[in-house]
Amino acid sequence: MSDHAHSTTGLVHHFDDIEQQHEAGTLGMWAFLITEVLFFGGLFGAYAVYRSAYPEAFMRASSHLDVDLGGVNTIVLICSSLTMALSVYAAQKGSKRGIIMGLLGTMFFGAIFLGVKVIEYKDKWDHHLVPGDNFIFEGNPGGPEQLYFALYFAMTGVHAFHMIVGMVIICWMIKKAHRGDFTPGHHPLVENFGLYWHFVDIVWIFLFPLLYLIGAHSGSHT
Amino acid sequence: MSSTLHTPAQHASATKGAKERDTYLTADYGWKSWLFTVDHKRIAVLYLISIMVFFLIGGTFALLMRAELMTAKGDLFEAETYNKLFTMHGVVMIFFFLIPSIPAVLGNFLVPIMIGTKDLAFPKINLLSWYIYLVGGGATLYVAITGGLDTGWTFYAPYSSTYANTNVAAAAIAVFITGFSSILTGLNFIVTIHKMRAPGMTWFRMPLFLWAQYATSLIMILGTPVLAITVMLLALERTFHIGIFDPALGGDPVLFQHLFWFYSHPAVYIMILPGMGVISEIVACFSRKRMFGYHFIAFSSLAIAIFGFVVWGHHMFVSGQSAYAGFVFSFLTMLVAIPSAVKVFNWIATLYKGQVSLETPMLYALGFIGLFTIGGVTGLFLAVMGLDRHVHDTYFVVAHFHYVMVGGMVMAFMGGMHFWWSKMFGRKYPEAMGQFAAVVIFVGFNFTFFPQFILGYMGMPRRYHQYNDEFTALNVLSSAGATILGTGFLMTIVYFLWSLKWGQKAPQNQWDAKGLEWEKAQSPPPTFNFEDGERIVVTEDAYAYTYEESHTGSGHEVKK
Ligand SMILES: [Cu+2]
Repeated sequence: MSDHAHSTTGLVHHFDDIEQQHEAGTLGMWAFLITEVLFFGGLFGAYAVYRSAYPEAFMRASSHLDVDLGGVNTIVLICSSLTMALSVYAAQKGSKRGIIMGLLGTMFFGAIFLGVKVIEYKDKWDHHLVPGDNFIFEGNPGGPEQLYFALYFAMTGVHAFHMIVGMVIICWMIKKAHRGDFTPGHHPLVENFGLYWHFVDIVWIFLFPLLYLIGAHSGSHT
Repeated sequence: MSSTLHTPAQHASATKGAKERDTYLTADYGWKSWLFTVDHKRIAVLYLISIMVFFLIGGTFALLMRAELMTAKGDLFEAETYNKLFTMHGVVMIFFFLIPSIPAVLGNFLVPIMIGTKDLAFPKINLLSWYIYLVGGGATLYVAITGGLDTGWTFYAPYSSTYANTNVAAAAIAVFITGFSSILTGLNFIVTIHKMRAPGMTWFRMPLFLWAQYATSLIMILGTPVLAITVMLLALERTFHIGIFDPALGGDPVLFQHLFWFYSHPAVYIMILPGMGVISEIVACFSRKRMFGYHFIAFSSLAIAIFGFVVWGHHMFVSGQSAYAGFVFSFLTMLVAIPSAVKVFNWIATLYKGQVSLETPMLYALGFIGLFTIGGVTGLFLAVMGLDRHVHDTYFVVAHFHYVMVGGMVMAFMGGMHFWWSKMFGRKYPEAMGQFAAVVIFVGFNFTFFPQFILGYMGMPRRYHQYNDEFTALNVLSSAGATILGTGFLMTIVYFLWSLKWGQKAPQNQWDAKGLEWEKAQSPPPTFNFEDGERIVVTEDAYAYTYEESHTGSGHEVKK
C-alpha cells in the first residue's frame, strides 16, 4: 500500500487538485464531528431523562463532586484550546517551531486535565461512589444517585478517552511537524485536528455545568 | 481501447501479453495486493466475499429454525437453542449482511465510477472500514461459538442486562465495533459525493442510485453513533451493574428501547434505501426510458431519511409509552408511506409505455416493486395502534419486515448484482439460469413469508419453538417455501462462481445502459476506473435513454 503521495505538494493521486483534497478533508472532519455529536447525544439524552426523573437525587449526588477541581480543569482545557489555535495559526504562517510549541502546549494542558481527572476518579473510588456492587451513597446502596454516577463516569470517561486519542495523534503530528511535512499551503492535518480538539473541549464545556454545578447551591460540597 | 496505468502495479504485470488490458482485478497479484488494497473496487470485492459468508451463516440459522417449525412440538431444538438461533439469525443478517450489502459492495464499487472519479475520498479509511467489519464479525462468531446469544437481535433490557445467561457483553461490543465500519462508509460516501463529482456532474444529473446512497450515508453517520452508545451502556450495565436500565435501581428499561430504536428504525432505511436506488437504475435501463419524476425520487430518498428519525416510538406502542406519544408516532409513521409510495408510483410510471424487457435484473426489480409494496402496506397496518396491539410480536410483524428486508433489499441486491456483474468481473452470468433462479426465489419467498401474515393474524407469537396444532399447515408451507428460497440462492451463488471462469466475456456495456459506469468504464474497469488521462466531463442528464424520442409509444421494436 504505497501512498501515491506527491512529495512536494502532498496531493494524493485520486484528487484533481490540492484544493479539492483540502475541502474533502475538512468536510470529512465536520461529518465525523456530527457523528460525535450524536454519539455524546445518546448520553446527554439519558442524562436528561434521569435528571428530570430524579432531580433531588442528582443534586445530592452532584454535591459530592469537587467543583474546584472541575473548574480548574475547565480553565486548563480552555488553555489547551488556545495553544491548539496558536498551533494552527503557526501552521498558516509556516512556522515549524510554532506548530510544535503549540502542540506541546496542548499536550501539556491535556496531560494536566487527565491528571486531575485521575485524582477525581480515585477520590470517587475511595468513597465507594463508583457504580456497581460496591456503591454506597451516604450509607445506602444503589438508588438514583447511582444513576448519576453511572452517567458521570460514562460521560467523563468517554470524554477522557477522546482526549487520550487526541494526545496520541498529537505525538504523531509532532513527529510529522518535526519532519517538515506541514507547509503554509498544506497542513490539513493540523487544521482538522484543531477542529477535533476544540470539539472535545466544547463537550467538556457542557459536561462541567451539567455534572458539577447542579448541586452547588445546596452548599454541602467540600 | 487498451490503457496503460502508471501505477506501481503495472510493473508486476508487465510481462503479460501486450494486448491484454490491465483491469483492477489483474493489476496486481498476491494476497497482499488484496488485503492492503486501497482500490474501492477491490474493497467492494472483499466486502462481497465477507458478506456472502455471513449470508450463508445467517441463512443456515434460518433454515434450522424453519426445520424446527415443521412440527408443532419443539422436537428438534431445546427452547434455549431456538432462542439462540433466531437471535444469531437476526444479528448476523442485519448487522453483517443487510446493512453492508448494497452500500459496501455495490456502493463501494459504483459511487466513484458513477460520479466520474478515481476513488472514494478516503481510500484508506475505506479499507479500515472493512477491517473493522471483520473484527466485529469475528467477535460475533466468537459469541456464536462460545454459547451464543439469546436476547433477540434487539437486546432488550432488562432481560439482556440482568437475566440472560449468554454472552451479551461480548455481543454488544461486537455490534459496537461493527457500527464504526458503517459510519466510515457513510462518511466516505458523503464527502465523495459532495466534493469529487466530475465536471458537469451536477446534483440533478446524478443517477438516483447515488441519491439513495447519499441519503443512506446520512442515516449511517447520524444514527449509528447512537446505537454505539446504547450498546456501550448495555455492556457497562451488564458487566458492572450500574443500574442504568435496571428498574430496581431507578433505571428505565424503556429508555433502552428508545435509544435502541432511535438507531434501529432508521437502520431499516439503511437497509432499504440503497435497494431503492438499485431499482431506479434497473427500471430505467430495462424500460429504456428517462426516469419518470426524477426529482421526486431523489428528494423522496432524503425525505425517508429524515422522517425515519422521528418514528422510532412505533416499536413501543405496548411498552408503556404514553398514549399521546403513541398517537404522534403512529401519525408520523404513516407519513413515511408518502415518499415510499412516490417512488413506487414513479417506477410504475417509468415502466408505462416503456420498451420493457425481462432480463434477470428486471425480474428482480419487478419482484421488488410488488413485494416491497406488500411489505410497506402491511407496515401501515402496524402503524395503526389498535391493530398493532392485536398483531404485536406475532408472525405478522415477522412477515412484514421480511417482505421489506428480503422481498425488498435482498431482491434489490440480487438485481443489482446481476445488473453490474459483468461490470465487476467482465463476464456474463448465464441469462436463462438467472431468470429461472429469479423465479424460483420469488416463488420460494412468497411461500415462506405469505403464510406468516396469516399465522400472525391468527395469533401465532414470534420467537417460540413450538406452537398450537392449528398452525401446523401454514408452518409446513412456510418451511417448504424456505427450502425453495434457499435453493434459489444456492443456484445463484453457484452460477455466479461458475461464470467467473466459464462465463461468456462481456462487452463494455452489456445492457446498452446509460451512466458513466457503462459508457466510460470498461468491464472490468482499470484501477483508476477510466482510461488513463481521460478526464470525465458529463454533458447530459442521467438516463438519457432515447426510446421515447425515437418512438411515440405504439410498442414495437426499436433499434437501440
Ligand atoms: Cu420501526
